[in-house]
Amino acid sequence: MLINLRRSLVAIFAFTVFFGFVYALAGTGVAQLLFRHQADGSITANGSTLIGQNWAAVKCPGHPLGSCVFHGRPDDTGPYAANAKTHSSGGDNPLVANGVSGESGATNLGPRSKALYDNTKALVRYWHALGVNPTADLVTTSGSGLDPDVTPQDALVQVPMVSKATGIPAARLRKLVAKETNGAALGFLGSAYIDVLQLNEALAKLR
Amino acid sequence: MGFFWTIVVLIVLLGLTWRYLGAYMAAVFEGRVQFLAWAERPFYRLLRTGPAEEYEQPWKRYASSTVIFSALFLAFGYLLLRIQGSLPLNPQHFGAVAPALSLNTIVSFVTNTNWQNYGGETTLSYFSQIGVLTVQQFVSAAVGIAAAIALVRGFSRRSSPTIGNFWVDITRCMLYILLPVAFVAGIIVVGQGAVQTLAGPVVIHDALNGVTQTIPRGPAGFMASIMQFGTNGGGFFNADLAHPFENPTAITNLLYIWLTLSIPFALTYTFGKMVKSVRHGAALLAAMVIIFGAWVSFTAYAEHQNTPAVAAAGVHSSVGNTEGKEVRFGIPTSALFNVSMTQTSDGAVDSATDSYTPIGGFGALSGMMLGEVTPGGVGSGLYTILIYAIIAVFIGGLMIGRTPEYLGKKIQAKEVKLAGLGALVMPLVVLVLTAIAVSIHAGRAGPLNGGPHGFTEILYAFTSQGNNNGSAMAGLTGNTAFYNVLGAIDMLIGRFGILIPALALAGSLAAKHVVPASLGTFRTDNTMFIGLTIGVIIIIGGLTFFPAISLGPIVEQLSRGRFF
Repeated sequence: MLINLRRSLVAIFAFTVFFGFVYALAGTGVAQLLFRHQADGSITANGSTLIGQNWAAVKCPGHPLGSCVFHGRPDDTGPYAANAKTHSSGGDNPLVANGVSGESGATNLGPRSKALYDNTKALVRYWHALGVNPTADLVTTSGSGLDPDVTPQDALVQVPMVSKATGIPAARLRKLVAKETNGAALGFLGSAYIDVLQLNEALAKLR
Repeated sequence: MGFFWTIVVLIVLLGLTWRYLGAYMAAVFEGRVQFLAWAERPFYRLLRTGPAEEYEQPWKRYASSTVIFSALFLAFGYLLLRIQGSLPLNPQHFGAVAPALSLNTIVSFVTNTNWQNYGGETTLSYFSQIGVLTVQQFVSAAVGIAAAIALVRGFSRRSSPTIGNFWVDITRCMLYILLPVAFVAGIIVVGQGAVQTLAGPVVIHDALNGVTQTIPRGPAGFMASIMQFGTNGGGFFNADLAHPFENPTAITNLLYIWLTLSIPFALTYTFGKMVKSVRHGAALLAAMVIIFGAWVSFTAYAEHQNTPAVAAAGVHSSVGNTEGKEVRFGIPTSALFNVSMTQTSDGAVDSATDSYTPIGGFGALSGMMLGEVTPGGVGSGLYTILIYAIIAVFIGGLMIGRTPEYLGKKIQAKEVKLAGLGALVMPLVVLVLTAIAVSIHAGRAGPLNGGPHGFTEILYAFTSQGNNNGSAMAGLTGNTAFYNVLGAIDMLIGRFGILIPALALAGSLAAKHVVPASLGTFRTDNTMFIGLTIGVIIIIGGLTFFPAISLGPIVEQLSRGRFF
């Protein structure tokens, strides 16, 4: 008994130092040495390419808000921006915007949830007002609330909206979407995706 | 088509680790691998123990070492969480973690559960993430594997009073198995985009849309690698492996599935190798794979259907249920991921289980209800399926009227009682606690969703914690005194209520001599036995949980046209 107490104390100390701090700090050192950009969060001039952003409030002179850029998943737009309570994680907006650090997380609304039904209806109305016939991705939220990507189809349905607001011909926008499409990893893993931030940066260059 | 190749690649990868990691683990625990002996020796000297014969422990001493060590580590971790505000590595200046939440969190990590009632990036300092949580992701995994190896020694040893040395087993496990793989995997996931920094949050302004974001960061990548390899599952961020900073690409997503499944499956090879009959290990593997494959199939199929609420709102999808899923992973792989994490004790999520279709959510829930043996957690999966195998042998023996034997060890009243105890503790504690929660106000206040789904959220929470899984239907507000304390009880009983009977079995079996196999011996390495074991797993899980399931996912599936 006593010897086990003593052994436990020594082991707890040694394991905490070695498998906690030495492991994590050595890992941080190696990561910073080899992959500094990724280890720091893939930060580029306009934000992290891995963290989704809110594109719904972009001012487009003469056109509805947000109609001159491509949107990501509605993690923080539509009903989700107005009613932060639908986020289970303490009511935070998962897109840590405007200086307040929030929690990542999904809406956690069940498959037969009345709130999910109502929110989806509201998002469909939102998209129809912008002249877009939305895909499922554009009316459902992601698991992290931070999804930086959309599928090529999700971007293509927004092309008429963006074309109208920017005056760029639809054919050129479709070509842009194709150019910004990343194929499935290794050709078969997951699905093809477009990073919305990178797509909008490319769009800004086009204007 | 992409999903087909994902499965093919995963099978090849797991086949390799089954054979070679399995053999390596057997060599580690039999003391045949020595290249880090220089690091082990001074540590053993400090503990006044070692791999020598004189330090071998009988099962009671092995079990008391496990319990005392875990209890003290629990107290130590609790203390660190309570004084978090005064400790370094805290760039966001988080204060002390509340008492009930500290209790739930530390129990959760000591028991290999990794249930998260806290929001990682808004509650815990880097010090706590590293010095409390990451340490336990090594230690709790090693404790589970050590117990499984002890039980394997119960079968492989003859007339032996001892079953190994706890201190040597956990040290060797962490040093030779967990550490090297987790470190290499950590480098890979960071290379793919996972964050690994101590620099604190970053504030960045986007000139294109005028949005200023404050983005939390931290040492997440290397935590993610060990949390998956040790089937822990509790990540740095609240969204866990759905968060792009922990699981940035479809490649890391597959890597995490492989890491999680590799030890639990490979331990069946280790078992076969150590008892000198790889066929017996392969029989257990077959039982695991058949159940696992069936669950992946129907869960992926269910998620390929539209979400009822979204479809009713007028949006139909050709890919399936996109609510709560990330674009980069795709839907079938998200379902595969979820089944992999709920049939091990991992419980990490890359998509929101709460938003799965009723049958998809049932796939995750029922995977845990089968006792997590297909393949189960690191170590806990093997010792629990061996408990089921003993029950299968007993039932088989009753049917043909012979004294049951497994690997030449007579299975007698004592072993059957211990196995029965090990198999019934989990359903008992899960169902009783669920019943308490739905009976009182503090429990009923928890669910986010209404109707049958709200009940499923509660049932899911206690099933997950009782199985030391940690997966959640995260709509449930678990960070209340009620759920924190009840959950802690659930996790402790679910862990030690099975681990201690398994060690007792190890002691009782090790003391027996081996009866040579004869023509009348009931074979335990053939198709018949695989079928019998699958039957025992499904029947025990099915009979105990069917009434509860029918109040949750089944009602929900049948409520066509109704929303709650």
